[in-house]
Amino acid sequence: MTTTLPAPAPPAGSSAPEDAAASTADVIWVRVCRLADLVPERGAAALVDGHQVALFRLVDDEVLAVDHRDPVSGANVVARGLVGTRGGRATVAGPLYKQVFDLRTGECLDDPGVRLGTYPVRVEGDEVLVGRR
Amino acid sequence: MGADSTAARHLVVVGGGMVAQRLVEALLSRLDEGSAGTGTPGAAGPGWRVTVLAEETRVPYDRVALTSFFAGRTPDELVLGDRALWADRRVDLRLGEAATGIDRAARTVVTSTGAAFAYDALVLATGSSAFVPPVPGTDLPGVFVYRTLDDVEALQAYVTDLAARRAAEGRPVVGAVVGGGLLGLEAAGALAALGATSHVVEFAPRLMPLQVDEGGGEALRRLVEGLGVSVHTGTATARLHPVPADAPDAATRAGHVGAMEFAPRPGEDRGEVLDVDVVVVAAGVRPRDELARAAGLPVGPRGGVVVDDACRTDDPAVWAVGEVACLEGRCLGLVAPGYSMAEVVVDRLLGGGASFPGADLSTKLKLLGVDVASFGDAMGAAPGALAVVYADPVAGVYKKLVLSDDARTLLGGVLVGDASAYAGLRPLLGTELGGDPAAWLLPEGAEGGAAARTALPDEATVCSCNNVTAGRVRDAVRCDGCTDVGAVKACTRAGTSCGSCLPLVKRLVTTELEAAGVAVSRGLCEHFAQSRAQLFDIVRVTGITTFTELVERYGSGRGCDICRPVVASVLASLVGGHVLDGEAAALQDTNDHVMANMQKDGTYSVVPRIPGGEVTPAGLVAIGRVAEDFGLYTKITGGQRIDLFGARIEQLPAIWERLVAAGFESGHAYGKSLRTVKSCVGSTWCRFGVQDSVAMAVLLELRYRGLRSPHKLKLGVSGCARECAEARGKDVGVIATDKGWNVYVGGNGGFTPRHAQLLAEDLDDEALVRTIDRFLLYYVRTADRLQRTAPWLEEVEGGLEHVRAVVLEDSLGIAAELDAQMARHVEGYTDEWAATLADPERLRRFASFVNAPDAADPDLTYVPERGQRRPATPAERAAGGAVLVAGPTLEVMTR
Repeated sequence: MTTTLPAPAPPAGSSAPEDAAASTADVIWVRVCRLADLVPERGAAALVDGHQVALFRLVDDEVLAVDHRDPVSGANVVARGLVGTRGGRATVAGPLYKQVFDLRTGECLDDPGVRLGTYPVRVEGDEVLVGRR
Repeated sequence: MGADSTAARHLVVVGGGMVAQRLVEALLSRLDEGSAGTGTPGAAGPGWRVTVLAEETRVPYDRVALTSFFAGRTPDELVLGDRALWADRRVDLRLGEAATGIDRAARTVVTSTGAAFAYDALVLATGSSAFVPPVPGTDLPGVFVYRTLDDVEALQAYVTDLAARRAAEGRPVVGAVVGGGLLGLEAAGALAALGATSHVVEFAPRLMPLQVDEGGGEALRRLVEGLGVSVHTGTATARLHPVPADAPDAATRAGHVGAMEFAPRPGEDRGEVLDVDVVVVAAGVRPRDELARAAGLPVGPRGGVVVDDACRTDDPAVWAVGEVACLEGRCLGLVAPGYSMAEVVVDRLLGGGASFPGADLSTKLKLLGVDVASFGDAMGAAPGALAVVYADPVAGVYKKLVLSDDARTLLGGVLVGDASAYAGLRPLLGTELGGDPAAWLLPEGAEGGAAARTALPDEATVCSCNNVTAGRVRDAVRCDGCTDVGAVKACTRAGTSCGSCLPLVKRLVTTELEAAGVAVSRGLCEHFAQSRAQLFDIVRVTGITTFTELVERYGSGRGCDICRPVVASVLASLVGGHVLDGEAAALQDTNDHVMANMQKDGTYSVVPRIPGGEVTPAGLVAIGRVAEDFGLYTKITGGQRIDLFGARIEQLPAIWERLVAAGFESGHAYGKSLRTVKSCVGSTWCRFGVQDSVAMAVLLELRYRGLRSPHKLKLGVSGCARECAEARGKDVGVIATDKGWNVYVGGNGGFTPRHAQLLAEDLDDEALVRTIDRFLLYYVRTADRLQRTAPWLEEVEGGLEHVRAVVLEDSLGIAAELDAQMARHVEGYTDEWAATLADPERLRRFASFVNAPDAADPDLTYVPERGQRRPATPAERAAGGAVLVAGPTLEVMTR
């Protein structure tokens, strides 16, 4: 079910963040799941090229991806945190110690000392693809 | 400071009480201000170092709040101010080292350890000791005084021990308090909190003779007697007797106090004799002036070290502050004047010219839950003084204002039963009240009552402990940028001592913020400006059933980890349905979402429900087999359940399939909901049990399982007064009596342990269930987010009395609604785990990875310990010694 695709041309109508879509030359896109597999405003973990990634489907069906590993606890749990907003930014709260992270930038809004890595995401029809650089 | 510490002068403070603490705090604060260049007199001086000689072995604590010890406050919580004060290098706090002599000529103090301290200035802050009247028998074991933490700890240990032994005989512990003043009523409250019945014996014709007038005393007596305390006024204690040789427990209590004999009344030969088990002497205090006497310093006619208005004794190097100081012929037994004296001495030591401004002897107390306040000229002693009285004997309220002869200027007052006007009135002492003074006495909320209280002059003192004016509080909001009470407290110190002014401070802050156009929010988070209780009402009234509709109509954004679970809980209470269905799934907190408790490594623990802690051997075997097959670390919880740790998310359905097949259901250990009903074994097996506590615990647990609430709920049921189920440490505690059940509410363990308080007595099964139904749902409806029942009871307006009226007398007319809501809950209950297993759609959330649903998290590592396994520590992982238990290649249990 996991397929590694050759790097495609920058997709039109992609839901990926600008910076992620900008340099797709070295990106490996991994088909991860169907959009319907993701519950709106909840996370799901995925294995992408040996990395644990947390996917989040927002209320408008945009999908964002960050590290599944919570830098505060060291446990692989970020996908199980609560989704929400803070000042208009889409966020997830770490499930163990409750720090809030910006889902687009990976920035921790409560503790500048930690952050989550981010991954580009494309939704092609019903397929969700996560990029690895 | 401009000088090195060797040149610093040496201040020795004798005594380690509240006033000593304030003195040291004030001195350091002034010295630090001075060094910061604000031009205080201390800035230019050579500075000070301080030695504090404290007889007690504890860091200075809040003696005024001593009785809160019985409500569960720990000695640590009573510590005054910032402990860092005692770590300052300029301060040497010597605990358990009492001063034993003063050599004024040599300027040295000798201590109990034989050490001698030379001083440049000496402050006597020795306070008072409890006065024990010369009554025979006061030296018997079982007779206590009420002054120090050690005293109250000893009292608690004695009564608790006796109560445990008495429980078997079904006899209560009977206490008597000598003295019906402020301290005596505090002591009676302490006895009540310990579960003892009590008598209060007062020599004067009324309770609290120094603070309240005859009418107030009468109201107070009715209120206190209504709480089950027997009041004996106009009565003297003649003698205390030991336990008689023929008493049932003479063997174990020989020589302990056993009876109290009153002085005969006129015409009687012999006074009445009461059987008592414990006596507290609270007959006043005497200043600890023995050091000063021995050192030849003048003392007052009734004791106390004579000082002038600078608090200086006859010896210019020696000062006295607090209760030991005799100023204008009297000693003052309140902390506020003591604090003023401490500030005066500090100012003088730093070269200032402050003098004691005169004492404000106002007091406001909550004694046995009864509000009592007395301020200014409470007795109306001023020539021509007029009194305005409002009395409601039914409600148990007595209020009196003393006014000048033109009925305009406030001179004083007495408030009993409802002292809510105190905070607003006391600062107005000596000023014209304006309008109709009687408006101040009307019940809160009555027409005209509140209107009179708006304008407080800036110069009015709001916090008398710390001498903070209304103007200072307003400035803190206007100029210092404070936006809530917490910030104002930190900025001005208002309300940081006794706290009685906090309602007023809060009102001032709110008014000032509103005037500045700042909205004062009790909102949950940035998405909802409403409190949890308000959201509950909105959902109840509008019939909204989804988060989206609620946040779009009444909030903003898409919520967060604070408001989403709150809305989930409110919807669960009012709408029902499976917690994982539809949009509700995205609202559930991490644990609720998978119906298990996440542990530090990201795996979960599983707790099957074991109602009342009763489990069959077959059930135990089934749980044991599951734990064995899945390699789960197994532990018994504090609430009589079995917790299985180390389950991976993708294993949860398989584990539960086995547990459900064995007859178990969700234990809701993850939910803000009923956790456990703990019980003792009760009358079916126990020789002391008087009711079937297990059956009742099972009944209650099955009734309230799955009930969503603002925080977790724990219940306990004990089959007799020995209380083996520790029910009084629970949100709802049920304790069997000969006649039925007593129900206690608002207890908890945790960070701030509290004992539950009695809500109702001797209920039959049906009344017990109805009472708990309503209590729980009223709490669910009105509490704040994550507010357990204990703080809720403290904050809900009207407190326990109000809740009792709602629950037992339907004072709000909502009982039928609450009953119906609980009936729906009981009717609609289904096991969340069984329902989840039956639905493939719901099961999808238990995939470890959306693209590898059964793959174990490859990072999980464990090490064996005591026959089980536990997560490897980071060091163990780094060392490579950890066992990779959950690698992707290991077998995964299949369902």
